[in-house]
Amino acid sequence: MKLSEQFETRFAEMLTHYPTKRSVLVPTLLYMQDELGCLGDEAIAEIAQRLDLTELEVRNVISYYSMLTTRPRGKYNVQVCTNVSCLLRGGEEILHTCKRKLGIDHKGTTPDGMFSLEEVECIGACSWAPAMQVNYDFHENLTPESVERLLDDYKKKGSQ
Amino acid sequence: MADLVSHPEEVKVVSRRFGQGAARIERYLELDGYKAVQKALAMKPDEIINEVKASNLRGRGGAGFSAGLKWSFVPKQSPKPKYILCNGDESEPGTCKDRLIFQHDPHSVIEGVMIAALAVQAHTGFIYIRGEYRYLSEIMQKALAEAYARGFLGKNIFGSGYDLDIHWHGGAGAYEVGEESALMESLEGKRGVPRIRPPFPAVIGLWGGPTVINNAETLASVPHVILGGAQWYADLGTPKNGGTRLFCISGSVNKPGVYELPLGYNLKKMIYDVAGGIWQGRKLKGVIPGGSSTPILTADEIDIGMDFDQVGKAGSMLGSGGVVVVDDATCMVKFAQRIIKFYQHESCGWCIPCREGTDWLRKTLTRFHNGGGLRKDIDNIYYLAENMLGRTFCPLGDAAAMPIMAIVKKFRNEFEDHLEGRPCPFGETNRIEELPVFQH
Repeated sequence: MKLSEQFETRFAEMLTHYPTKRSVLVPTLLYMQDELGCLGDEAIAEIAQRLDLTELEVRNVISYYSMLTTRPRGKYNVQVCTNVSCLLRGGEEILHTCKRKLGIDHKGTTPDGMFSLEEVECIGACSWAPAMQVNYDFHENLTPESVERLLDDYKKKGSQ
Repeated sequence: MADLVSHPEEVKVVSRRFGQGAARIERYLELDGYKAVQKALAMKPDEIINEVKASNLRGRGGAGFSAGLKWSFVPKQSPKPKYILCNGDESEPGTCKDRLIFQHDPHSVIEGVMIAALAVQAHTGFIYIRGEYRYLSEIMQKALAEAYARGFLGKNIFGSGYDLDIHWHGGAGAYEVGEESALMESLEGKRGVPRIRPPFPAVIGLWGGPTVINNAETLASVPHVILGGAQWYADLGTPKNGGTRLFCISGSVNKPGVYELPLGYNLKKMIYDVAGGIWQGRKLKGVIPGGSSTPILTADEIDIGMDFDQVGKAGSMLGSGGVVVVDDATCMVKFAQRIIKFYQHESCGWCIPCREGTDWLRKTLTRFHNGGGLRKDIDNIYYLAENMLGRTFCPLGDAAAMPIMAIVKKFRNEFEDHLEGRPCPFGETNRIEELPVFQH
């Protein structure tokens, strides 16, 4: 399985930080997913073999963490927070705008694979609510209008 | 992104270097960086612990436990290595302060971990940052590399003969992992299921070794305590509540933001003066004083000082510093439903009272808000929450139960207004789901 040089360097370095190999599992899975799009059978087998774990042990960990997925998401994963601070400042309206604009529901992916959408729990942007993350990028103090523009920009960027 | 705010009433200690480029080590050094750890290197471990104890620095993650006392529980002699674990898995709804610390002053966290390590004679530390904060992980990894390059970390730090390694670690999305024993499980590469206590982490923690676990803000405060002195720090706050803290004000206010204020600062002033009052000309309905798990205070319960003891006396908790302000256009049934949806989603499912309790609460509150509420549901909601309280494996069950009990108790009239198929008086709509009625 081909992973980037940067991944391999970080992986090798992280292994030296802990007394057990398994300890690198959670952050490594996330970095792996970032490169591969999702944690498919091949990725799970690879990481299990590298860390002397069974594939089942790896799957058990993947299923616990909400950011990890075994199924592909869109190129841009739009994660809208609707927890209390965002709720009070229109987070649900932001989610609704995304649903309407993208034509997909919670956990859905557009047919062209460009966007997926998730209603997520608190992302730590409470004082700048309502907020969302597109992949790892934070977007804050949103309005339905600014979200429309933002999604247009991503679409343009993604089509280039 | 994550814009900084400012108010003349602020007392900047932890936020002193925000917005000044201190993520770069050169700038951090210009701003008194790494002086505290050098001072600590000249102190005996017990002297450091006593200084932190005397400063009345209490855990900023939520529990408010004395940081110095926590450190003192670590055995002096241990056959297994000791560890310092910084909890930067910030995920309590309403809390967004560690984000600013990692962004603007990552070296202060590193320095805090170093001082904690010297105090308990540990040689390894970890800084755990939640997975969603990828850009902050990158800032932290760079800061650690800079500290290593200068010889502040690694073998023989500052030429003292003391070896100390600190590493970054990342999560992948899980609120439960912010609980200290689940945090250790996650760092060991497992599902974040909490461990039974005792033994406490200070005795048996990471890989069986004694482990100190402190919140990122607590650790970022430590260098200031050491440099400024315990007395100075303690005097900033109220008795037994030393220093300042980052209050993350969010929700229905005109000027939300993260403000650093002394412990004991009046909550009413915080909302009306510092945060500019209630937005859109509305009135205040209630305030969650310390993150979504802390019981809500009504508008007439907020003339209190924001320290651990005074908020406790008012029937809530100072918690994580997440002050969520709720205006009078908010439906409290809907609000309770959203809170429980979160805890149900985040419950790890390991213990039955939490798994079943949060699930039944979510079902009942959702059905109730959708117009399918029965009069007996109101008592059932309270009953379900009350029966989780103190009966779960870890504090997540309490965190879910406390806010729901407070909302039912203080806003019962709003529940009654939803009965007999009446539409939500606040015009809130939910999608209709067929959900069962709890029987007991």
